[in-house]
Amino acid sequence: MTTPSSTPKARPALSRNQLLGLALLLVGACVLPFLISNYRVFQFTLVLVYAIALLGLNMLTGYNGQISLGHGAFYAIGAYVAAILMDKFGVPYWATLPAAGAVCLVAGFLFGLPALRLEGLYLSLATFALGVAMPQILKFKGFEHWTGGVQGIVIVKPDPPAWLPISQDQWLYFVALVTLLILFLIGWNLLRGRIGRAMVAIRDQPIAAQAMGVNTAMIKSLTFGVSAMYTGIAGALGAIAIQFVAPDTFTIFLSITLVVGVVIGGLASISGAIWGALFIQFIPNVADQISKAAPWAIYGVFLIVFMYVMPSGVAGFIRIAHGRLRRWRQR
Amino acid sequence: MNVLLHQVLSGLATGGIYASVALALVMIYQATHLVNFAQGELAMFSTYISWSLIQAGMPYWAAFFITVAVAFALGVLIERVIVQPVENAPILSVVIVFIGLLVIMNSLAGWIFSYTIKPFPSPFPTAPLFGNSYVSSHELGSIGITLVVLLLVFAFFRFTPLGLAMRAAAQNPVSSRLVGVRVGWMLALGWGLAAAIGSIAGMMVAPTVFLEPNMMAGILLYAFAAALLGGIDSPGGAVLGGFIVGVLENVVGSFLGTELKLTVALVLIVGVLVIRPSGLFGKVHVTRV
Amino acid sequence: MKFSLKRRVSLLAIAATLAVVTAPASAQKKYGPGASDTEIKLGQTMPYSGPASAYGTIGKLHMAYFKMINEAGGINGRKINLISLDDGYSPPKTVEQVRKLVEQDEVLALFQTLGTPGNSAIHKYVNGKKVPHLLLATGATKWSDPKNFPWTLGFNLSYQAEGAIYARYLMKNKPNAKIAILYQNDDYGKDVLKGVKDGLGAAGAKMIVAEATYEVSDPTVDSQIVTLQGSGADTFINITTPKFGAQAIRKAFDSGWKPLHIVNNVSASVGSVLTPAGLDKSVGLLTLQYYKDPNDPQWKDDPAMLEWRAFMGRYYREGDPKDATNLYAYLTAQTMVQILKQCGNDLTRENVMKQAANIKSLKLPLLLTGMALNTTPTDFFLVKQGQLAKFTGTQWQGFGDVLSTGD
Repeated sequence: MTTPSSTPKARPALSRNQLLGLALLLVGACVLPFLISNYRVFQFTLVLVYAIALLGLNMLTGYNGQISLGHGAFYAIGAYVAAILMDKFGVPYWATLPAAGAVCLVAGFLFGLPALRLEGLYLSLATFALGVAMPQILKFKGFEHWTGGVQGIVIVKPDPPAWLPISQDQWLYFVALVTLLILFLIGWNLLRGRIGRAMVAIRDQPIAAQAMGVNTAMIKSLTFGVSAMYTGIAGALGAIAIQFVAPDTFTIFLSITLVVGVVIGGLASISGAIWGALFIQFIPNVADQISKAAPWAIYGVFLIVFMYVMPSGVAGFIRIAHGRLRRWRQR
Repeated sequence: MNVLLHQVLSGLATGGIYASVALALVMIYQATHLVNFAQGELAMFSTYISWSLIQAGMPYWAAFFITVAVAFALGVLIERVIVQPVENAPILSVVIVFIGLLVIMNSLAGWIFSYTIKPFPSPFPTAPLFGNSYVSSHELGSIGITLVVLLLVFAFFRFTPLGLAMRAAAQNPVSSRLVGVRVGWMLALGWGLAAAIGSIAGMMVAPTVFLEPNMMAGILLYAFAAALLGGIDSPGGAVLGGFIVGVLENVVGSFLGTELKLTVALVLIVGVLVIRPSGLFGKVHVTRV
Repeated sequence: MKFSLKRRVSLLAIAATLAVVTAPASAQKKYGPGASDTEIKLGQTMPYSGPASAYGTIGKLHMAYFKMINEAGGINGRKINLISLDDGYSPPKTVEQVRKLVEQDEVLALFQTLGTPGNSAIHKYVNGKKVPHLLLATGATKWSDPKNFPWTLGFNLSYQAEGAIYARYLMKNKPNAKIAILYQNDDYGKDVLKGVKDGLGAAGAKMIVAEATYEVSDPTVDSQIVTLQGSGADTFINITTPKFGAQAIRKAFDSGWKPLHIVNNVSASVGSVLTPAGLDKSVGLLTLQYYKDPNDPQWKDDPAMLEWRAFMGRYYREGDPKDATNLYAYLTAQTMVQILKQCGNDLTRENVMKQAANIKSLKLPLLLTGMALNTTPTDFFLVKQGQLAKFTGTQWQGFGDVLSTGD
């Protein structure tokens, strides 16, 4: 998938080659869970979950230029909405996804409003504060009745429908895949349309955009809301996959990991979400394999090396490589 | 009333810790227009170097000054070797490099020095000033040192040509190069100075919170908040911000209970920022269309 | 005499049948997943990265200990292969890694998975998959529930039991105490607090005059100590982890507050807590112990302590001999070896669980004198005893009887 780059202009629909590539990818994704063990299916389900969260964050940070160091908080809210609805109200799992999305849309929008006045570094502090405070809020005695306090909530994994002879893990994978496709389609449409152009305009030339009649305040808050919504839905899916939520699952490290994923995957790119998700899911395991003594140090080395080799993320790297290849072919 | 006074004084003491680290953050921002998230870990690592020297028998002040020099060199080295290759990358990519550095140093410190907490000596007398039971001599002494460093930093940026060159290099690298400023080395110098200030902060902090690899994590959070509260381009603001955050944290905890202390403190800080988006003493930037 | 072919074959058949029938039943080997003639596979998750990395030393010590056992021939001739994976103290990662251990590596049992949140996340899963979930590295009380979770068996002295012992001590020896409590705002801190409150009951509830919490991300607890001191309490229950325990001890002393200071077992180490805080400031501290403190001079020449030091020097050089966690890890490894030894040649998951629930009076020499580990099929608490001790300024002096926590 190619993506809107930093020059906003009317985007043509995908070319035939791109559509073909996409179709192949989709087929591959559908076949995958039947070729690998349940445990691996579980891992790839998490990749899908992170990809949705990263797309959300990318909308805000990549396309709209608002840095958020606290998106883990929205992930947490989504996860807890799902957990509480399933555990205390017996709501079926698939209904918790739109519920989580709705709650986070509102929460993100409300957070985005006062944050409008903050730029760059100061906004990152505000979001950082949100990310840091979330576990404490979740642990608060006053909410304990709903949130289960520090002990958290255990969730029951959904079963596939009786007429489908697949495992729980495979079913959840497909639920995540379908959710991802729907959300990516909506996101893609949004980003290549009028609102997407407005978002990018605000990122690159905020004053000019305002002068041209873009309602900066509304767009920025809306972006915050939509971005939170995506991350919240991801959180809900994640909670169902892991079957457990607890306040200390959603520390500031989660927020930082999401930022890492977005940058490594590629800012302002939809496919970047997938690359980033693959990185944040699998690279820590690789680091663990390499060294038991200091696995974090290995992870840090990976981060630095990736940024040296691909400063605009994997998606950016692919774009540049693709461009070079095309020019070489045209010679 | 007594408890309130005690809390305020205790808050000033902790505030001093935040102020010193906030100063290092401001330093690096002034020099590079980037906030280095690895500053805390760098400070922690330098403190371990100092600890090792003292363990090997070196007297405190010798170890202190050698550590500051080593930290300076380390900062310059990191800038030239690790940060310079991504100089032209988007800001967030550089932030990722900083995160990588943070994680590497934390992990290395734990691996080399283990995680057991270590007491770190203080150069100040153990008996509290005037026998008071509110603040120790060390806490007062470290506030004093922080203020001295602040004055030096302020003087450096305001009154020396080098300081001017550094600020110019950060604000407008292209124009600075045109007038002959060696931008690359200005950045390296900035890093070196920030690392040196950080190491001083670390050595002042360690006697109070005990030396261990995760010592700086919580402090960095509050220091970051303090630096922004005061205005990221104002050294004096950062120090004042540190004291405000320290006292605020303590008073909130004392009156509203400790369960939501962190949350309330952060909400208040962000609230202030919404009212004054560039911090209390920060410069408001006017951009040309 | 020449035997015909037919005769030889029938003789052979008779001999073979006799051999099989008369072979003792114990030579019959039964293997579950992860076990074979040469190997026993165990799995664990440890926080090698992330905020709790300090506890990663436990996993590293386990590796070193099993290396030592393997060099001496292993258990009943089989080498122990411990697969220790990093979960960064993050429950989603714990779930992922434990699924790998169970579904991909097919370990025989899980051993000392660390952390209450992570273990909570996998609790249902491992019981559903019927994998022995042994000797968890957390003191949460819910790990001993054989009726609902028959495959989970904890190790640590239960946090709630510890809290209850402190409560009962105060009710008996200082019934008019005004108690202030500082606790870490997470599952561990709240568990000990619950034990204290349950132990005080309704009658003793009014003894608590102040409570304060802190987050692990807080730089110091000085402010909390000031608040607690200001409440006028004369008794202080200190439920903290080492760094904060040391800060609390020091700040209390420096502020001129001299309460009856009870510090929980997690922060009672002479080397990791009291020495940094100041030995002179720790005089009169009270705690509950169940194993020997490696920095306590009274155990300097204790043969078990010397054996442990020799092990540390030879197999785990990078480990810190001042860190009591390393002694704790040693105890758990010894217990695991005992369970495996008891299994003999029947290395199925069912038998491992059966043996784990059948530990009779295991007197590990690093436990305090007079203590032993016991489990039964209805009681999965391994460590059920402790002894109160007072700090003299140089060492912990045990007093009173060895108390039992079971009720």
